[in-house]
Amino acid sequence: MAPDDAPLWTSELNHWFGVGEARKQALFDVSLSIARGSLTVLVGPSGSGKTTLLTLLGCLREVQAGSVVLLGHELHGAPPALSTALRRRLGFIFQAHNLHESLTAMQNVLMGLQVKGRVDKAVAGRAATHALGLLGLSDRMDYLPANLSGGQKQRVAVARALVGNPDVVLADEPTAALDRESGANVVDLLKRLGQVRGTTTVMVTHDNRILDLADRILTLEDGRIVGDRQR
Amino acid sequence: MSRLLEILFGRLPIGWLQLTHSRTRFAAALAGVAFANVLVFVQLGIMNSMATATLRPYSFLQADIMISASDSNALSDGGNVARQWMLQAMARPDVTAGMGLFLANVNWQRAATTVGLTTFGIDPAQPGFLSPDIAARIGPLQVQMAGLLDRLSRGLPREEAAGIRPQSPLSFETSGKTLTLYDTFAGGGGFGGDGYMMVSDQTFLALFPARQSAAPDHILLQLRPGADPEKVSLELRDLISDKTLRIRSFAQAAQDDLSYQQTRRPTGVIFGFGVIIGVLVGIVIVYQVLSTDVADHMREYATFKAMGYGQGFFLGIVLEEALILGLFGFIPGAIVATGMLTLMGKLTTLPLAMTPAMIIAVFAGTLVFSMVSGAIATRRLAGADPADLF
Repeated sequence: MAPDDAPLWTSELNHWFGVGEARKQALFDVSLSIARGSLTVLVGPSGSGKTTLLTLLGCLREVQAGSVVLLGHELHGAPPALSTALRRRLGFIFQAHNLHESLTAMQNVLMGLQVKGRVDKAVAGRAATHALGLLGLSDRMDYLPANLSGGQKQRVAVARALVGNPDVVLADEPTAALDRESGANVVDLLKRLGQVRGTTTVMVTHDNRILDLADRILTLEDGRIVGDRQR
Repeated sequence: MSRLLEILFGRLPIGWLQLTHSRTRFAAALAGVAFANVLVFVQLGIMNSMATATLRPYSFLQADIMISASDSNALSDGGNVARQWMLQAMARPDVTAGMGLFLANVNWQRAATTVGLTTFGIDPAQPGFLSPDIAARIGPLQVQMAGLLDRLSRGLPREEAAGIRPQSPLSFETSGKTLTLYDTFAGGGGFGGDGYMMVSDQTFLALFPARQSAAPDHILLQLRPGADPEKVSLELRDLISDKTLRIRSFAQAAQDDLSYQQTRRPTGVIFGFGVIIGVLVGIVIVYQVLSTDVADHMREYATFKAMGYGQGFFLGIVLEEALILGLFGFIPGAIVATGMLTLMGKLTTLPLAMTPAMIIAVFAGTLVFSMVSGAIATRRLAGADPADLF
């Protein structure tokens, strides 16, 4: 039974890829509960199941066996409409920025708000401006991604993920494209969001600087949680 | 434009921004849609021209019922009809007048060209069977070997035609006989001839000695006011013993002729297929543009899916793009086609022109085929899997 205050909870979660003889199990009986407002880091070697777990937590894959409860909703057997609705309460930060090339930095960030339905244009503009300002991009709001550096693009992607005040942020190597200072600012921002708004962050990273700031470090190997260090 | 669309859609006009991001590509896409539009417009223009040209000779005449031979699919097609059936028909109280109509081609050999004139042999004593414009000018046809000329005939200089008046007639030789033109009326070149000429039935028989006064090409009947041509046609079919004859209302005969030209004559079928091909080309072009665009933005769409955007949002983007391509491709297409039809009309003297009905039909068709293409292209969206982003 999922605890009421845990935004993310899994029980005996198993996942396979492929069919027939090519079928390969990626996760084995993963059970975990993640506290609200915490910054949890998933570490482990390549192929250990970190990304698979992240996609299952973010309703990006169907749960095949076991249970995943996200924001109070069971994802196993959940209808696509529920998954889509739940994703609107999440913030995704991908390793690649995945910004829309035809939209300016401001418009890309606004996409993070627009998904929530009709928002007053002025209010949305203020929120997007604020988010970009927090990430040091006030002077790049009208730039197309092609005219931004790699780090700036990644910061726009972070602003897009955070502008809608998500309940949970799921991030995959969010600081890989950032310099030391920018990376620290992003993680610091996520930490503060956890403390002030209760935003829960689950992050896959190999960045030791982040490990030092994490509330909890989960280590995966061969699809199993082999380490769980609370800080 | 971007702001206008944002107000219209209540969201960022992503379709517009995507399409206009690469101006060269956008211009190429619009050129493709415009090309399809030009194809459809030109084919429709020719089909319209065929309709105008087919119905034009009917506008020279005024009748309620037309009796034709069984093989007469068009005004200028088919065998003869015995005049006796006209007399029999006139025995009906509803039939007030009858006239035999003769038709044949007369070639006017001019200095550099030959003008082919579709020639009507009519009874000049019955002007009621002619349009008021022509009826007012048929006085000189009482004279043997006199004619009225279509002043818009192809190959006839307008100034020369304007000079033909009762006081300054123009004569020419044909089939070894001299024909004198005393006046003109407005017709125009068509697909079967360069223009028209009106002569009396007696002059017609003099020009074509093999023809007989007892066997005109068609019989025209006029009815008393208030009589129903369809009903009287049915009665005449019962009355006239030759059951092979086509006895139809005059309006129905004109429609049958038009339908025959458009659906059974090779030219009509070819132009009809031209329209279909134009539409198919348009669908393929718009589909190709949209499909490529979807493929190019798969990662962005996957990202939007991950963020919680639903299928309706993506459908909206693709249909927005389809509408933009249809709308903005239509405008240059219509302009180019208007120019082409005008030029072709001048070169051929066929009644080729852009009509409001064509503009509305092609515009609506363009939007529909763009949307159809867009709807097909959205199938590729299924390939945008947000799980692949990690």
